[in-house]
Amino acid sequence: MSHLLTISLVISALHLALPILMPMLGGLISERSGVMNIGLEGMMLIGAFSAVLVTYFTGSPWLGLVGALCSGVLSGSALALMTVTLRGDQVVASAAINLIGAGLTAALIPVIWDIDGLTPSVAKIPSIHVPFLEDLPAVGRIFRSLSLVDYICFALVFLVWWVLFRTDAGLRIRACGESAESADVAGIAVVRTRFFAVVSSGVFGALGGAYLSIVTLDMFQASMTQGRGFLALAAMVFGKWRVWPGALACIAFGFADAIALRAQILWRGIPHELLIALPYVLALFALATFVGRASGPAGVGKPFTRA
Amino acid sequence: MSAGFEAIMTKDDASRSELTPAAIRLSGVSKHFGPVKANRSIDLTVQPGSVHGLLGENGAGKSTLMKILFGMIRPDAGRIQIAGEEVMLRSSADALAHGIGMVQQHFSLIGKLTVAENLILGRGSKGFAARWLRPLDLEAASRRAVDLSERLGFGIDPSARCETLSVGARQKVEILKALWGGATTLVLDEPTAALSPPDAEELYALLQNLQRDGTTIVLISHKMPEIMRLCDRVTVLRDGAVAGEAEIPRAFADAEQRQALEARLVRLMIGRNKPEVPSRSHHIWPTVLSVRKLSDGDRFGPVDLDVHGGEILAVVGVEGNGQSQFVDLLIGLTKAKQGGIALDDCDITGMTTLQRFQCGIAHIPEDRHRLAVADAMSVIDNASIGFIDGAPFAPTPFWLSRKRRGRFATGIVKRQRVRASSVEAPVASLSGGNQQKLVVGRELSRAPRLMIAAQPTRGLDIGSTAAVHEALIGLRDAGGGVLLLSLDLNEVFTIADRIVVFRQGRIVGETTTANADIDQIGRWMSGVDQESKP
Repeated sequence: MSHLLTISLVISALHLALPILMPMLGGLISERSGVMNIGLEGMMLIGAFSAVLVTYFTGSPWLGLVGALCSGVLSGSALALMTVTLRGDQVVASAAINLIGAGLTAALIPVIWDIDGLTPSVAKIPSIHVPFLEDLPAVGRIFRSLSLVDYICFALVFLVWWVLFRTDAGLRIRACGESAESADVAGIAVVRTRFFAVVSSGVFGALGGAYLSIVTLDMFQASMTQGRGFLALAAMVFGKWRVWPGALACIAFGFADAIALRAQILWRGIPHELLIALPYVLALFALATFVGRASGPAGVGKPFTRA
Repeated sequence: MSAGFEAIMTKDDASRSELTPAAIRLSGVSKHFGPVKANRSIDLTVQPGSVHGLLGENGAGKSTLMKILFGMIRPDAGRIQIAGEEVMLRSSADALAHGIGMVQQHFSLIGKLTVAENLILGRGSKGFAARWLRPLDLEAASRRAVDLSERLGFGIDPSARCETLSVGARQKVEILKALWGGATTLVLDEPTAALSPPDAEELYALLQNLQRDGTTIVLISHKMPEIMRLCDRVTVLRDGAVAGEAEIPRAFADAEQRQALEARLVRLMIGRNKPEVPSRSHHIWPTVLSVRKLSDGDRFGPVDLDVHGGEILAVVGVEGNGQSQFVDLLIGLTKAKQGGIALDDCDITGMTTLQRFQCGIAHIPEDRHRLAVADAMSVIDNASIGFIDGAPFAPTPFWLSRKRRGRFATGIVKRQRVRASSVEAPVASLSGGNQQKLVVGRELSRAPRLMIAAQPTRGLDIGSTAAVHEALIGLRDAGGGVLLLSLDLNEVFTIADRIVVFRQGRIVGETTTANADIDQIGRWMSGVDQESKP
């Protein structure tokens, strides 16, 4: 057991939590505005792929990150166009994003690199050195493992919370999610607000994907997100559509994931598939038991149109 | 000019506009939805500082007109002037910017948000930093809410979530919200529809305070007493067009003058005189429904009661004294613990709801949206719901003929004079009164022996109410029995032949309408008169 709970476990938990945390924020923004986005998985894959693609051709992982964010704007806009502008069914449209994301990225690997399944290795985002922090005893190792992207992600959690729950813009977004009609009568541009929210959820999803492919690893592999986009939605529900409880749920998933990986090495007797499934089992258990009846924003899933 | 009573039938009063610009002037406003002309070339002038009534039946086009004025619907034709300035209203935000505040018929508050959050929603912040980074100043908003509400004469807790407020309190928050952006003209669409009488009284006082403050008020209503009490001037709409206008004097010379004006407005509103009080039943036939020692083992019963053929029996009582339990027992939604129910001497106590319907019970439910219609389905579908077999449109149990269903629905629509754009239209597109007429028509087409009508005219206008009453009386005169559950004593005195009073799930009094003493009924209902138990 002492081998399990070490600083390196915390480090790997953190790195496993962030690619769930970012899409969780994306899902939260989208649902708070009234659009259900189960397409985060696809958006993550597209983001992860774009990051590697741009890094491969430019040699700069930072440009790769920008490329991923742009892909998020595109996939978010595609979903927003289908659900907000054209008022299509939100479940069907976002499921389509998932299918396109998984299919397109897997199909493009052999087209571009002439190999199947995974891309060659590319440059990854380097960790940065923060004086003082990294010299701290014990926790210094954690800081040494972090890159600028990690710090940006932490800042984004705070920023999303601040904007959604402390500012006028957040109030407008939440109003659109509770009742689009009421928001419209209050003079809010519902369509524009929701469009923006869905596009930002695409950006957050893509950021989560890029984190996997160019921060944690240095390549793209078909279906590498392994359901993290869905886990992010589960975390959002656990947190009852609030930022901090949702973030906590993501960190819990990160730990479950890290423990599963560690246990794989320590106890070879346990089938590896069972351990991999641990965070998902945890999610299922939590959803069925202590979370209870969680109800999201009242307007989720309802397209808005004026009479 | 006798006591300032002056009725003007013409639509044009250009002479007035020379002095001060009208707060609102609509000219030639038209709007159609499909083949239905909701507004036909409407002219309306509202003087600043006045309370202007907009009177009309359900579906007369009042709400459409006000939604146009609030930028929610764009008119097909016509001009809108606000304070003398010609405007184009593309959205609610435009209307707000021109000083028009609106209180919708359906509440527009967001339940999960607090009062203060609802009030500042969509207001104020301009520029990126103000909207996206600066924290909301909820404290300032709360202070302003308290100040404003105190000036209008009521109290409010700005940090309460709206879903926790009473209906009356929510209505006041709606008004605060409409005034928040500095609206000088306030439009209220049926503001008392959901309010209890005391809440409505408070609202009237509030509106009078508002007018004293100089706010122009447009009051949409189909309630005559409210219009007569609050308005300076009233415009009557009928079938989407202006039927007439009248000044309402602050004081009437005598009751006769007041009644004359009321009668004239009703005539303008419904296009004919106020419906006559129908004659009482003359033939009493044998018992249709016989209830013996019926109890649900909880809060209802035991009750003994008979409904005869050719009789309307009214069950009255304060809401929640066993009326809905009684209906549920009769139609078989709950099982009787004790006692029995017989329809035409046939015991139906153990039957399912479907079997009871097949035996000749029909039911007009109290809650139309929950139990009587499926909003999103068409008029045809709603007309043919609940006929399992033996219906005129079902040649076999496995086949519903679409053509025959259409004919069936059209028949109901014609007989009950339901105003619908087409029988294919969703029921949600009909006004409440027309939905109710459709339900009544459907239930009548079962050719029932017993009609259970639970608050069949709640929320309906004069014309629809009369149509429902006529239908029930028609069934009575044909020898059927009607069990009317009503909270409206006027209605009971108008159409019922006999009255029983429920209190705490039991019958505490009974009388024929002819010999009824309204004070005695009131005592029975409130339980003041304990000795009167039979």
